[in-house]
Amino acid sequence: MDILNKISEHLQLGDDEKVRIFTKEAIKAKISPKEILNNGLIFGMDIIGKKYKAHEIFLPDVLLAAKAMYAGMDLLRPMFIKGGIPTIGKVVIGTVQGDLHDIGKNLVGIMLKGAGFEVIDLGNDVSPSEFIEIAKKEDASVIGMSALLTTTMPFMKIVIDLLKEERLIGKIKTIIGGAPVTEEFAREIGADAFGYDSINAIEKVKGLTGMT
Amino acid sequence: MRPVLRFLSDELIEKIVGEAREILCKLGVEIHNKDILFMLGEHGAKVEMDRYHVFLTDEIIESALKAVPKSFKLYDVLGNETHHFSDYNVYFTPGSAALNILDYETNEIRKPKTTDYVRYVKVVSQLDNIASQSTAFIPADVCEKISDSYRLYLSFLYCEKPVVTGTFTMEAFNIMKEFQVIIRGSKEELKSKPLTIFSCCPTSPIKWSNVTSQNVVDCANFSIPVEFVSMPLSGFMAPVTLVGTLIQHTAETLSGVVISQFTNPGTPILYGGSPAIFDVRYETTPMGAVETMMIDCAYNEIGKYLGMPTQGYISLSDSKQLDAQAGLESGVGATLAALCGINNISGPGMLDFESCQSLEKLVLDNEICGMTIHLLKGIEPKEDFPSLPRFQELLKEQHLLISEHTRRYLNEEFYFPGVVIDRASRTRWQEEGSITLLERAHGEVERIIKNYVSSRLQDDTKKELTKLMTEEAHLYGMRNLPEHE
Ligand code: B12
Repeated sequence: MDILNKISEHLQLGDDEKVRIFTKEAIKAKISPKEILNNGLIFGMDIIGKKYKAHEIFLPDVLLAAKAMYAGMDLLRPMFIKGGIPTIGKVVIGTVQGDLHDIGKNLVGIMLKGAGFEVIDLGNDVSPSEFIEIAKKEDASVIGMSALLTTTMPFMKIVIDLLKEERLIGKIKTIIGGAPVTEEFAREIGADAFGYDSINAIEKVKGLTGMT
Repeated sequence: MRPVLRFLSDELIEKIVGEAREILCKLGVEIHNKDILFMLGEHGAKVEMDRYHVFLTDEIIESALKAVPKSFKLYDVLGNETHHFSDYNVYFTPGSAALNILDYETNEIRKPKTTDYVRYVKVVSQLDNIASQSTAFIPADVCEKISDSYRLYLSFLYCEKPVVTGTFTMEAFNIMKEFQVIIRGSKEELKSKPLTIFSCCPTSPIKWSNVTSQNVVDCANFSIPVEFVSMPLSGFMAPVTLVGTLIQHTAETLSGVVISQFTNPGTPILYGGSPAIFDVRYETTPMGAVETMMIDCAYNEIGKYLGMPTQGYISLSDSKQLDAQAGLESGVGATLAALCGINNISGPGMLDFESCQSLEKLVLDNEICGMTIHLLKGIEPKEDFPSLPRFQELLKEQHLLISEHTRRYLNEEFYFPGVVIDRASRTRWQEEGSITLLERAHGEVERIIKNYVSSRLQDDTKKELTKLMTEEAHLYGMRNLPEHE
């Protein structure tokens, strides 16, 4: 147990070197990879998330912690024989067609990864059909869409309408975000959730994937 | 003497520009536009077409800098000169392209409609300290495909002032240019009397998208002035240090200068930007942060040093309401920008990280601009030497209220703000209803709109603009444009 605490603590300090050392130690001590992952790495990231939300720490601290988490995950990966590291969900994310603003979307993607999701980032100017095709191909449970222009918001609705057409509503959940987007707009177009920043995005995506 | 504020020494500017040039030559710039890459290749730049990459050369940068005009003028829809972007002249323009407006009645934000836009234009047309209009927000009651051209159309219809604008797509440029040709009568006339400025944005770090780089080319082909709006975000998409951010801003802006000047040498441009620090607590881009303002002032010094007129997104606030923070951030920004001589200052009316316009804030900011412009007159003697006669007069009369000297200089020495700024005694203020700043500002908005007189643009021209706009709307499946008379 002590080792897992150490992993979590050094992860919170963003010390990837130490996280690597203690993860190795934990593996040697025959602690199961799943336990190391959940009670060491992800446990530490959850605390980081809470502290960030409470403004006790800042974004760079979170990203450093995420980097430390990946260091530990890299060691665990070969131990999960089939299917690789168990993720808590797969998210396809992108900025909608006609829109080049990707800073916020990138940040949300990085943070979702840090929280343990597998994230497939389609970049910017993503067409509605591309969202659907990749989500289907990757068997993703969530599509995340970003728009920063008033004029590109309607593409979000097109994606949701396509999901309806393909009877994928419910199977693939949708979350939207970006400066012009609101909770109300999300409701209007039938999106499953709206997120206003990266921490909020994590909470909402966890909600969508039944994690909370 | 006009007061001038500086943040950078010439030596530091040289170093920053040197680094930026090195970046452009050694790391290159990504431009997602094959025609531009091809053009630069023809002029000796090394191009890697497959990854949209070009390495500029010192000669290319040098000849672009030689070609760029040191100053240029703007003219209103009637053809009268309104702006001379040169030296330390400053002009204010409302913050542009907000997502929302702040509704006075509900104190909530909402998506604007045509009627909101017309009200806005009517207000700007009468604000003395705001020299141009900007297409400040997007009416949400027309289809998205025409929303950028439609706001420009309304601006031309209702207000004579020149317009700071921009397109969201490549297609919209054509009609936005056509409006201007109609107003001026010919392409040549438009070239000799520019009517608009288009904002064109590189993408940090050191990249140009297809849409925005094509906008630069399209504008250059019609000699339409462009302001380059580079947005490095310190600590996130740019180095955390202000100097590091300035190096990146210089590289991004110089690459824009190269694109425009190689497309059409002598095309007027403003060396502009909208950089910000990145607030790592809230994941936001604060325009009211003092460091953001320092970067703005400093890149303006670099632009001036390189011989170009300048622009900046400064004198706006991140507050959500018309409150003390809004006044603080807009006031400090306007003052710094003016002292540094940013030629086109974009910001008035804007709240919430460039995302919300408020008419009430606009009339308050008009007063901030007025005071700032007054400040720039500096302190000059006006029949003050010798001073003995004046003091003899004062000692004899016991006051100078009706002195010749007072009457001659009162309105020149003092700036009298409108009623938005409260200078009444407390008792009088109470007697008049203890009206708050927001209420006073709203009263002004309503008074100004009531006093609006139509633009003197010829009726025939207005009809032609409407015809063109209506055709464009039809093209995108909109039968009628919203009512706005
Ligand atoms: C930086 C910026 C740019 C950069 C973008 C660089 C990049 N790689 O993304 C550049 C310079 C390229 C740019 C270009 C343009 N821009 Co711009 N830009 C901005 C600016 C200043 C900040 C955006 C930003 O990065 N914020 C920081 C990030 C971290 O925040 P965020 O994006 O909001 O994301 C957070 C949340 O929204 C949420 N979120 C975001 N996405 C998602 C997705 C999901 C699934 C979830 C859950 C959450 C979520 O979480 C994020 C993290 O906290 C905004 C102003 C603003 N207030 O947003 C204007 C703004 C969006 N741009 C604007 C405009 C007009 C343009 C241009 C059209 C200008 C032009 N004429 O060239 C072009 C667009 C061209 C195009 N077709 O896309 C307008 C929009 C106007 C409108 N009514 O639609 C704005 C509002 C500024 C303004 N007032 O003029 N821009």
